[in-house]
Amino acid sequence: TVMAAPVTNDQSWFFALALGVSFLKCLLINAYHSTDFEVHRNWLALTHSLPAAQWYYEATSEWTLDYPPLFAWFEYGLSHIARFFDKEMLVVQNLNYASPATILFQRLSVIVADVVFFYAVKECCKCLREDKGKDLLGKPSFILTVLLLWNFGLLIVDHIHFQYNGFLFGVLLLSIARHFQNRHFEGALLFSILLNLKHIYLYIAPAYGIYLLRCFCFTQSNADGSLQWRSFSVVRLVTLGTIVLSTFSVSFGPFIALGQLPQVLSRLFPFKRGLCHAYWAPNIWALYNIADKAFSILGVKFKLLDINKLPKASMTGGLVQEFQHSVLPSVSPLATLICTVLSILPALFRIWHRPNGARGFLRCLVICALGSFMFGWHVHEKAILMAILPLSLLAVESREDARIFLILSITGHYSLFPLLFTTQVAHQNISHVAIYNLHIGNVILHLFFRKGGALLNPLEATYLLGLIPLELICEFVYPLTVWQKTFPFLPLMLTSVYCALGVTYAFIRLYISLLTCSDSTKKIKTQ
Amino acid sequence: MENWSLFSLCVLLGLTSRWAVSFHSYSGAGKPPMFGDYEAQRHWQEVTYNLPVHEWYFNTTNNDLNYWGLDYPPLTAYHSLVCAYVAKLLNPEWVELHASRGYESHSHKLFMRATVLFTDILIYIPAVLLYCFYFCDGSSKQKVATALCILLYPGLILIDYGHFQYNSVSLGLALWGILGLGLGWDLFGSLAFTLALNYKQMELYHSLPFFCYLLGKCIKQGLTGRGFFQLAKISLTVLVTFALCWMPFLSDPKQPLQVLHRLFPFGRGLFEDKVANTWCSLNVLIKIKTLLSRETQLFLSYCTHLGFCLFLRLMFFLFVFFHSMLPLLVKDGLLLPYVVTSLAFLFLSLYLLSALERSTEEELRLGIYRKLTRHWLPKLNLSRIIKWKFWFSLVAMAVLSFTSVWLEPPAKFPDLFPVLVSILSFLHFLGFIIYFNLVQLMEPQRKKSQKKTN
Repeated sequence: TVMAAPVTNDQSWFFALALGVSFLKCLLINAYHSTDFEVHRNWLALTHSLPAAQWYYEATSEWTLDYPPLFAWFEYGLSHIARFFDKEMLVVQNLNYASPATILFQRLSVIVADVVFFYAVKECCKCLREDKGKDLLGKPSFILTVLLLWNFGLLIVDHIHFQYNGFLFGVLLLSIARHFQNRHFEGALLFSILLNLKHIYLYIAPAYGIYLLRCFCFTQSNADGSLQWRSFSVVRLVTLGTIVLSTFSVSFGPFIALGQLPQVLSRLFPFKRGLCHAYWAPNIWALYNIADKAFSILGVKFKLLDINKLPKASMTGGLVQEFQHSVLPSVSPLATLICTVLSILPALFRIWHRPNGARGFLRCLVICALGSFMFGWHVHEKAILMAILPLSLLAVESREDARIFLILSITGHYSLFPLLFTTQVAHQNISHVAIYNLHIGNVILHLFFRKGGALLNPLEATYLLGLIPLELICEFVYPLTVWQKTFPFLPLMLTSVYCALGVTYAFIRLYISLLTCSDSTKKIKTQ
Repeated sequence: MENWSLFSLCVLLGLTSRWAVSFHSYSGAGKPPMFGDYEAQRHWQEVTYNLPVHEWYFNTTNNDLNYWGLDYPPLTAYHSLVCAYVAKLLNPEWVELHASRGYESHSHKLFMRATVLFTDILIYIPAVLLYCFYFCDGSSKQKVATALCILLYPGLILIDYGHFQYNSVSLGLALWGILGLGLGWDLFGSLAFTLALNYKQMELYHSLPFFCYLLGKCIKQGLTGRGFFQLAKISLTVLVTFALCWMPFLSDPKQPLQVLHRLFPFGRGLFEDKVANTWCSLNVLIKIKTLLSRETQLFLSYCTHLGFCLFLRLMFFLFVFFHSMLPLLVKDGLLLPYVVTSLAFLFLSLYLLSALERSTEEELRLGIYRKLTRHWLPKLNLSRIIKWKFWFSLVAMAVLSFTSVWLEPPAKFPDLFPVLVSILSFLHFLGFIIYFNLVQLMEPQRKKSQKKTN
């Protein structure tokens, strides 16, 4: 059969994809939303009703403001539009207020804010090494657009669970795109803004710091790619510093002037929470916990441990609380910080020593995000998106990265399902099926376009296919068994642990690819 | 390989939009005492599970026919029975005799929506895929685009997954029938269509073309020889299928009569208040299809060689029909899905039309009109007129939708907006009937000329 080449304008498919996903988001307006909905409504209310001096002290609602000031200003701006939808949502005392107008407004605000994300994706497409003359469906920019715009992890978290990640990731991707395009000042500015919107991006700040220092402040490298100390440009360093500092001062300035900095910081970094979130993120600590549990059970069985001496606190209880491990040493926040830093240090060294241009930076960024996901304290499984989305850019250009992306995205997105668990069993299953099959579509699209043999080796393929029986067991078989009452969180644990294996594997492979990738600075003419 | 992955993407998009729509309300949600079609389907599960077969269609103390009595043929009843068994496993309260009237809960809604999805995946979607794969002309991209358009058609999605019905079963079975005939498997085709007929009696409207086509085919093969044998086999298939479906009702002569009385309630008006809207809307579509199928041989060949552009015109026609369902959907609280799915469908069709086909006069088969108007208006630029007419229709529909929802009709004419919607839709239908009939009349000549150019 002959494939008719599309007669359209080159960019109309982008518009069609963006419009299509927006329609889908509109259909999800009335879907289940989590407590994050109330969180944002509360922030709308308090930024609107109270003067800035009280924003970080306000505690009527349990969902206090724990994002940096720029995000608070963003909510303030939104609140002025919210007035026209329903004034009642802006009253701080109206806890859990969720009228139809409120829902409509908040959902629409996320959908509209995603315009930033659309723009960023468009810019990223320009940074790819395009292969001209390919049929539309085989173009890397088309695949990237699908993978990013229709990223179903983002759909679940933003448009069902409710958050503004699309907007934030838009800023991140735009910043990355600017670095690819050698517009480093803009990239740095965007990243500083991003840090002041949501401080979780501090995890990837080291990548930015090292890259900008190495590749931008030192204007030249030697022929073999090593550092040329003499080419240090003070001007550039100072400009970058000014940009970053001025952004922070605009954001935190007012609060420093009011002497509220300690309070703001305490709100931003609440360390009282436990090692693991209520639903375990699939990271190293999930495996650690499981190992600990297994050892304790074995220990009791073989009479090596006294059951009375074991701590009774539950790790998977609904409330996040401190707990002690039984057999393995307990983990403190400091320990996790050290582990995180250790995990990303080799990558940072690598791009300092042998930078690989913007792509090396991106790889390092993903490793930083993934490393902090793996070893961080109280990591939320949503944080996996910080690794998956930038990885998409690499995935459409290299087979190895595509493999890693496939494994990481499937397991990462699958581990997001607990976000949809509610007491209303109905919605959980509906959302499951609805959105997961779209992801499978993504996967098929991706698999399909990697000609030249299968993308995954049999072991990897089996692992991924194993998610299906896992799902069936956790969803349908387990609730019917006797253990449902005594160990209600076992399916979640199983999901976390299974996915943690995949994530760890992806992390290791990513590291290998960074440390062994050939130095292509000679090929890249512009830095 | 390539085709199938693209097709599976279409299916996934179709499934996702179906599930996303199923989040929304259903007919009669939270509206005692009668509720709506959703409650009717649940009630049929209750009736078929708890009562013996001979009581299903009769007015007894246990079975009040005034409260959503069964008025579809036996296959629907059997389907409800199977669903009821599953329901009993999950939560017996859902089908408790009498006690479960008006039962509404999230888990029950999930269950009911799941039954629709299950039958959709089993019957309708494979039929659509096979149809697009084997019977659509054009490049593989056009086939995939066709499949996508059909699967995303908002009418079926909103009626089945919003309002709540099982049209996908009867339409799917009818489509299998068409597939069977198209592939030359007459017996399979007749079987499938008979099953469709036994699911919903509205398929009678489609039965005439089936009958005429098969009869014509047999006559062609010679009534004395093979043709007669073929006719006998087909008739036997149909009769056996009917017998199997109606078997429980054949023991007592009163039974089939009562069933027929329920299926064709000529005692009441055909536009009785309860079912007025659904009947009205679907009735019009079926009538149009009947009128279209007067040239039965051509009808089926028309079905099997649908040019892509003509197909998109058909989609626009269906879109107008969908627009006429607006009053019904607003009553069900489905305004948001209506707006979103119709906009999505519209944009998708427009995008595909511009991407995959250029709408020249030739493609639009405007030759007919050209011939007619050549004498009177030789300077007419027909394709431009068609485009203007298209945009005008869209604007008119958008304006009518907006006014129906947001404005209050004047006190003298309380039904102003629904009537306007009906009039607009009717005018479109009239135009399409003329257009399609002309196309069919010109079909043999053009087919010959097409064969020359291919």
